[in-house]
Amino acid sequence: MTAEIIVVTSGKGGVGKTTTSASLATGLAMAGKKVAVIDFDVGLRNLDLIMGCERRVVYDFVNVVHGEATLKQALIRDKRHDNLFVLAASQTRDKDALTQEGVEKVLDGLSEDGFDYVVCDSPAGIEKGAHLAMYFADHAVVVVNPEVSSVRDSDRILGLLASKTRRAEKGDGPVIQHLLLTRYNPARVAIGEMLSVKDVEEILGIEVVGVIPESENVLTASNNGIPVIVDAASQAGQAYSDTVARILGEERPLRFIDVPKKGFLQRVFGG
Amino acid sequence: MGILDFLKRKPEATATVARERLRIIVAQERSTRGAPDYLPMMRNELLEVIKKYVHVDLDAININFERDSGHEILELSVTLPEGKQAPKSEAKTG
Repeated sequence: MTAEIIVVTSGKGGVGKTTTSASLATGLAMAGKKVAVIDFDVGLRNLDLIMGCERRVVYDFVNVVHGEATLKQALIRDKRHDNLFVLAASQTRDKDALTQEGVEKVLDGLSEDGFDYVVCDSPAGIEKGAHLAMYFADHAVVVVNPEVSSVRDSDRILGLLASKTRRAEKGDGPVIQHLLLTRYNPARVAIGEMLSVKDVEEILGIEVVGVIPESENVLTASNNGIPVIVDAASQAGQAYSDTVARILGEERPLRFIDVPKKGFLQRVFGG
Repeated sequence: MGILDFLKRKPEATATVARERLRIIVAQERSTRGAPDYLPMMRNELLEVIKKYVHVDLDAININFERDSGHEILELSVTLPEGKQAPKSEAKTG
């Protein structure tokens, strides 16, 4: 039994990769899967903060790759979910700290330990770290904002997924691509100020697996170190839950992509 | 522009502008994806050669790269300007 490897990637920075990795990994764990989420951003560790385990990092990904710690020592168990583990990025400035063989060894180790899913949180850009994060992937979640530079970069990434991955090189069938549109603002779409879901789908020639509305709850969640998917009352949290269910094969309609119609009371009293 | 026109004027839908710009650039980038790194340089050098004979812009040269199983196709098309295109005298072949 081998673990399914999911890379969360985007090309452009700041679009919500780490937020998505944290919520995706947590959502898969909430669905009963054994999940590890790995921060590939060597030098700029951030996933630990979003997952709320920054003070429990003793060993990191690079330590495991270099044999300075075992996987068991480096995996940080999530406070809320027993079947969810975080592998933090190293803060070393050495960009060559990760190697393809080293990454493969860690992923194989996780498979042997009975993990169902490994979520790889890619760094921004298309350099080595991003390449290593996507290389072994079975699935890719390409995070995109409804904004020109992000859309263009994600098309670049879709091209790399189709050519620069182990699956592409070995002819094992394509990496399954999931497009996730984040920071979506239906009100701005309605007045023609923002690309719509349909626009992005048409430009990139791929359907979205989910749409996460722009939401204050995302910042609140990161302030608290609790993945936003745990906040079941928030729209962003619900949209992430839907997304995880779809990745697991369930069919769910898109929500929160239209401007909410205000009820009479809301119109009178605001809110 | 009258006052009525001003009042009726809708804000320009910038999303439409974004969509059209993206359509063009994404299509262009896809057409050269996976192509050898020397293509942009080759395109510039070809432009220099073509310019000796006829004045064209960089936009007029379209390079398309396709990879089929077993072989690669490099397709090059140059849109020549309409009307007069008298070659510069010293640039004639010889």
